Amino acid sequence: MAESNDVIKPVLTKKLDEFFSGLAKAFRFVKRFFQEVWFPPYEFREILRQCYEIGYRSLPLISLTGFIIGIVFTNQSRPSLAEFGAASWLPALISIAVVRALGPLVTALIASGKVGSSIGAEIGSMNVTEQIDAMEVSAINPFKYLVITRTLAATFMIPVLVMYTDFVALMGSFLSVNANELVSMSTFFVQVFEAISFLDIFSSVIKSLIFGFTIGIVGCYKGYNSSRGTEGVGQAANSAVVMSMFLIFVEELLIMQIVNAIRYA
Amino acid sequence: MHNDQEKVVEIRGLVKSFGDNHVLKGVDLDLYKGENLVVLGKSGSGKSVLIKLMVSLLKQDEGTIKIFGIDTAGLNLKELNKFRLRIGFSFQASALYDSMTVRENLEFPLVRNVKNLTKKEIDKRIEELLDAVALPKTINQMPSELSGGQKKRIGIARTLILNPEIMLYDEPTAGLDPVTCIEINNLINEVRERFKTSSIVITHDLTCAKQTGDRMAVLIEGQFNSVGTFEKVFEEATDQQVKSFYDYNFIK
Repeated sequence: MAESNDVIKPVLTKKLDEFFSGLAKAFRFVKRFFQEVWFPPYEFREILRQCYEIGYRSLPLISLTGFIIGIVFTNQSRPSLAEFGAASWLPALISIAVVRALGPLVTALIASGKVGSSIGAEIGSMNVTEQIDAMEVSAINPFKYLVITRTLAATFMIPVLVMYTDFVALMGSFLSVNANELVSMSTFFVQVFEAISFLDIFSSVIKSLIFGFTIGIVGCYKGYNSSRGTEGVGQAANSAVVMSMFLIFVEELLIMQIVNAIRYA
Repeated sequence: MHNDQEKVVEIRGLVKSFGDNHVLKGVDLDLYKGENLVVLGKSGSGKSVLIKLMVSLLKQDEGTIKIFGIDTAGLNLKELNKFRLRIGFSFQASALYDSMTVRENLEFPLVRNVKNLTKKEIDKRIEELLDAVALPKTINQMPSELSGGQKKRIGIARTLILNPEIMLYDEPTAGLDPVTCIEINNLINEVRERFKTSSIVITHDLTCAKQTGDRMAVLIEGQFNSVGTFEKVFEEATDQQVKSFYDYNFIK
């Protein structure tokens, strides 16, 4: 027993030490972002380029997913509502589900897979090939050029993508409702907007901003701190996705609790 | 021989370890103005660590590094950046920004560090440097379209765009064929003549060392074993490790 304790204790101590030093390192990284984001140079050109990469390049995947979610969610909800003779509530139900939860969550998860991994891999590969060191020795702040630009672009673009996903999902839902319940577009959208409040839209935007920031900063952190070698690049991309998805779920849960507390106060 | 020459780099008692791996164990080194100093050593001997310490990409555990008489350890970030502009660092794998064209690679450090340049002045400087490295036609190419030797040349051109006074070359001929190696060696000598730089060349290639170096310094087990001219260091070597280094390079 004493012997097994002697083996377990150092391993556990090492793991805990790694965990807390990793946490401190991540905290310092986020702190550095908030310290440096306010001061020039602002790298507007690079921010715009990243907005294009993160926003425009994600549109095909986001469109397809949003559209399918709208149709599938409508078709899956119809039988339950029809059982209570409440099929006419479909637009309201879809609207609340999409705007409050599905739109932001699905967009953020897709973006963490597509954008988070690409940021992690890009910065990780720049780290491995000494491109980050090359910036430093040329007196260029790589944190500003790489981390701040990408994190800001993700923070700005995810809310835009979320609104777009909401719209596409509602259009998908409309097609299904129109085909089955013969509801016109104007009637559908009147019901959609009647069902949601300002708080729904406001919380959705705030949530998307937080998700965007998470995706950007986690991708950058993992890439920036990747270990040397090609294996490190793969690990950076992979752990950027896993970590940002985990954080998105935690944030969704917390934000939902806060919004519900405000809604029912 | 160097008593009357100005020292641009003065390193004393430099110590650097990575965990239990003691890479540099009290290194002393001087670089004189206008000189090409070659640092030789086996892979993993700490050659690259030495020049990374000089530009503060790494921090030493002990010892001092004075460049242009300035102790680099005491500099804040702003002072360090100002000081870094006086040193050019050519990376082993060139470290070209792979999302940028050759023009953008050269333009990037220039526009961020030299204010109020007109488009015409920037273009002129880029063309001048691409001519200097004999690659004017690559201006709109991406790094992925260049050969290893071309990447090295563009990397050197990018370093020279800020008019450094000291050049640090990290393994300039690594992974290149013999003909391209000679071209790069000639380029290193041309850079010294044309841009009036002092240089430290890190290599394990004795042909490169012989062609480019005024003095050699052999790094063995974390310390400089012998320092002097090529003839003094190798042809008169008595130390077995230095001799074997020479023998392996020239396949004796």
